[in-house]
Amino acid sequence: MRNITFTQIIRETLEAEMQRDQTVLLMGEDIGIYGGAFGVTRGLIEIFGKERVRDTPITEQAITGIAIGAAVGGQRPVIEIMFMDFITLAVDQLINMAAKLHPIYGQPCPLVLRTPPGAGRGYGATHSQSLERIFFGVPGLKIVAPSDAEDASALLQGAIRDNNPVIFLEHKLLYPMRFQVGDTLPGPSELGKAKIARRGEDITIIAWSYMTVLALRAAEQLAQEDIQVEVVDLRTLAPLDTETILASVKATGRVLIVEEAPLTGGIAAEIAARINEAAFEYLDYPVKRHAGADLPVPSAKNLESACTPSLESITKAASDLALAE
Amino acid sequence: MLLQEAYRRMLLIRNFEETIEKLFLEGRVMGTAHTCIGQETLSVGVAAALQPCDAMTTTHRGHGHFLARGADPARAMAELFGKSIGYSKGRGGSQMMMDSSIGFYGANGITGGSIPFATGIALDAQMRKTGRVAICMFGDGASNQGVFHESLNMAALWNLPILYVIENNGYAMSTATVRGLANPCVADRAAALKVPGIRIDGNDFEEVRECVRHHADKARQGKGPAVIECLTYRLSGHSRGDPRVYRSREEEENAWKKDPVKTFEKTLIERKIASESEIELIQQQTAQQIEEAVQRCEQAPEASLDEFQNSLFSP
Repeated sequence: MRNITFTQIIRETLEAEMQRDQTVLLMGEDIGIYGGAFGVTRGLIEIFGKERVRDTPITEQAITGIAIGAAVGGQRPVIEIMFMDFITLAVDQLINMAAKLHPIYGQPCPLVLRTPPGAGRGYGATHSQSLERIFFGVPGLKIVAPSDAEDASALLQGAIRDNNPVIFLEHKLLYPMRFQVGDTLPGPSELGKAKIARRGEDITIIAWSYMTVLALRAAEQLAQEDIQVEVVDLRTLAPLDTETILASVKATGRVLIVEEAPLTGGIAAEIAARINEAAFEYLDYPVKRHAGADLPVPSAKNLESACTPSLESITKAASDLALAE
Repeated sequence: MLLQEAYRRMLLIRNFEETIEKLFLEGRVMGTAHTCIGQETLSVGVAAALQPCDAMTTTHRGHGHFLARGADPARAMAELFGKSIGYSKGRGGSQMMMDSSIGFYGANGITGGSIPFATGIALDAQMRKTGRVAICMFGDGASNQGVFHESLNMAALWNLPILYVIENNGYAMSTATVRGLANPCVADRAAALKVPGIRIDGNDFEEVRECVRHHADKARQGKGPAVIECLTYRLSGHSRGDPRVYRSREEEENAWKKDPVKTFEKTLIERKIASESEIELIQQQTAQQIEEAVQRCEQAPEASLDEFQNSLFSP
């Protein structure tokens, strides 16, 4: 076993996939010589050269569109959008081109777009958003949001080998976190499968990405108060693993969905609707959502913490729900 | 491509487009379509300059490019009929068809949407050293999208084998070029990035073919991209139901007098490349080909919902 950071395992996974397949190509702003804004691709340009680890101009729409074209041509591009907030500039190419290639034209599009969402670093309103909801309702796009290192590696391998466009979320608070992992990388995982990250019978918390980390810590604390929390780590948002969600909800009868982004119009709302449609009679209490404030993410530490789900707020929301009459 | 064959393709496109306009009027096809009447010689001129391995992307006004590249008119028309034999199995409609086996990578209905996509196809060609050149067709209107500048910059930086071929037909839907471009010469924009920018008569088949061939050869040799602006005129309206209030009937009549397909036909006769009876025969044959295409479309099965539902993701 080894103890390494999330950043390290992503880098190792990219390196292994590039060694395995000559068509895997990295593109993005400052990913080469600089090694990426978060240092994820550091050192890869020395191994693979500037053709396969391509520094691009600041031009998210063209990076994305060019990667889509290269994917259709025969490459397996993995592009980096430096902060998820910048993905707004690439939305046209993702929604109107990448998502349509297979269902309309019958053309595979093996593209991975890696990007860090999330608040917690005081970066402010345009460097802290979790915008996966923009793509969640777009048929044809896959969205992956791991919460630990082993899963991130397995899912990134799965995403690179998938013949469809995949948005791969690397929460910026995960990057410096350390994880126990095996001496060798895990094998690739199929996308679209949630996992039970912790077993418990009193209440289910559904989360993804960094919110799963907080949910697991909350579960740890609540166990001391004799509340047994089951944590469903979605890992993939699209396609959504409704089956695993429903199985857990039916067993516990109480469910809290945690989403970092604003409450309104979120992914949690869709999950809640699916639970109500398919498992209403199993519920002991109405489905609860715990999400970010309906405000832009502010930069001041106290404001940012107050506007985003935290360990304390999740623990309280879960405890309230578990004890509700 | 022999000149007689070039003429056949121009006529095929003209016939295809006129037939589609008629089918819309009769309510026999649904959706929308943007016809390219008046721009046929341009499409065929570009296609005649290419190698079979080359890639072409198109625009919302793309039937002409596709047919020039060798598409089956019945399968293209079937997209308007929403039939299963269509290139996109009836799911795409007029603006969304591809056939990579003939190097045709379609459009997506978003003006300028294919510009980075074509640039990516050129990147793949360069990485795999396939000798392929990408030809990105778009209009004067799309040249105003920021992504044109973004893509051209990257193509120039990376010396990609791509030609940006602009069909400047005078109008972005209803907006005349002079009302939409501060400098109405699109080719001039290339100079800012030190890319060759050439402006030619897009209705002159041989001028288009020679210019595209010359720059495609250079791109193939690793000399990077070029911008070729082809001046033409859209004789048809923007799409069906366009009342054409933005231009005068007199302007259109004058343009019709210079109909490039008729002009090309006259040149063939004058240069004794085809006799009048040969021209007539080609006219009959293309008319028959389109008639058969319509029949095939009408008889073809509807688009399959089952198949569509199972094709969201690629295996």
